[in-house]
Amino acid sequence: MTTFSELVSKAKETGRLASVVESIPYLRFLGIGIDLVGGEIVGKMAYSKHLIGNTALPALHGGTIGALLESTAIVQTIWEAETARLPKIVTITIDYLRSGRPVDTYARGVITKQGRRVVNVGVEAWQEDRSRPIARANAHFLLEPFDGTGGRSVSP
Amino acid sequence: MAENAPKEANDGTVSESDAIDARISEGVSAFVPHNRALGIHFVEAKGGSVTLGLPYDDKLVGDPVTRIIHGGAITTLMDATCGTAVFVRLKEAIPIATLDLRIDYLKPAEPGETVHARADCFKITRTIAFVRCEAFHARDSKDLVAVANGTFMIFRTSGTDPKGGAP
Repeated sequence: MTTFSELVSKAKETGRLASVVESIPYLRFLGIGIDLVGGEIVGKMAYSKHLIGNTALPALHGGTIGALLESTAIVQTIWEAETARLPKIVTITIDYLRSGRPVDTYARGVITKQGRRVVNVGVEAWQEDRSRPIARANAHFLLEPFDGTGGRSVSP
Repeated sequence: MAENAPKEANDGTVSESDAIDARISEGVSAFVPHNRALGIHFVEAKGGSVTLGLPYDDKLVGDPVTRIIHGGAITTLMDATCGTAVFVRLKEAIPIATLDLRIDYLKPAEPGETVHARADCFKITRTIAFVRCEAFHARDSKDLVAVANGTFMIFRTSGTDPKGGAP
């Protein structure tokens, strides 16, 4: 079995994050792909009917936008920080700025502060126009440093 | 999971609270495709608070090593529960939208366990609703997984202000 850290170091070597993202069932279920696009990590949630939260408008469920923001922040963290396992979410604050229309949604995260154990990430989601974000979030994640205590790279 | 269809009381009539529960349940599932896709369902409405449930499912897994469900699934459950609590407080079908949601993840939900979220809309003005929410393992409401605070925008048309005067 390929361990999480093997998967991540391979992805960092090849510049292809798809294998990490595809290993996560929930992202497959939502149709979220996250990869390097023109030198930056961009998350994309392909529109699908099962993402709708309001059939009258129609609009995407706020939770799906939250999941895209969180996942994009996680992948940004894996890319930049050293962690022996997937970053663990501690807090997230999501601001919903515009309703999510039934089209593809994108997200991009920026690490605000990286410590040894905790990372703070700001992340923004948009649809057709990047200058008109539909949501933004700030999140804290816990890392597991590669050291004597956290060397455990895989096993449950 | 709660029985969602209105139950007949002993005298053969459908009790008022069961009819309300059935309406909330319909609002949670029938009109919200993504709630249905995740299996989010109505559990109960009691004393002003509302409880929804999210059964464990392999498709919700966010960490393939630990099989723990993705934080996003908890976010969705809490957003849905907070929104339902606002609808219950409004007592009428007024459109609402989430303004912000702040979630603290206290501990991972255990693989295989159903998660419940209970929300209480504790303050409502003409345009804004304030909600707090707790998510916990269904078998023990004290076994908290996450807590959240949300604010919602209420799109009242003029003349539907029940209290009058709030901002």
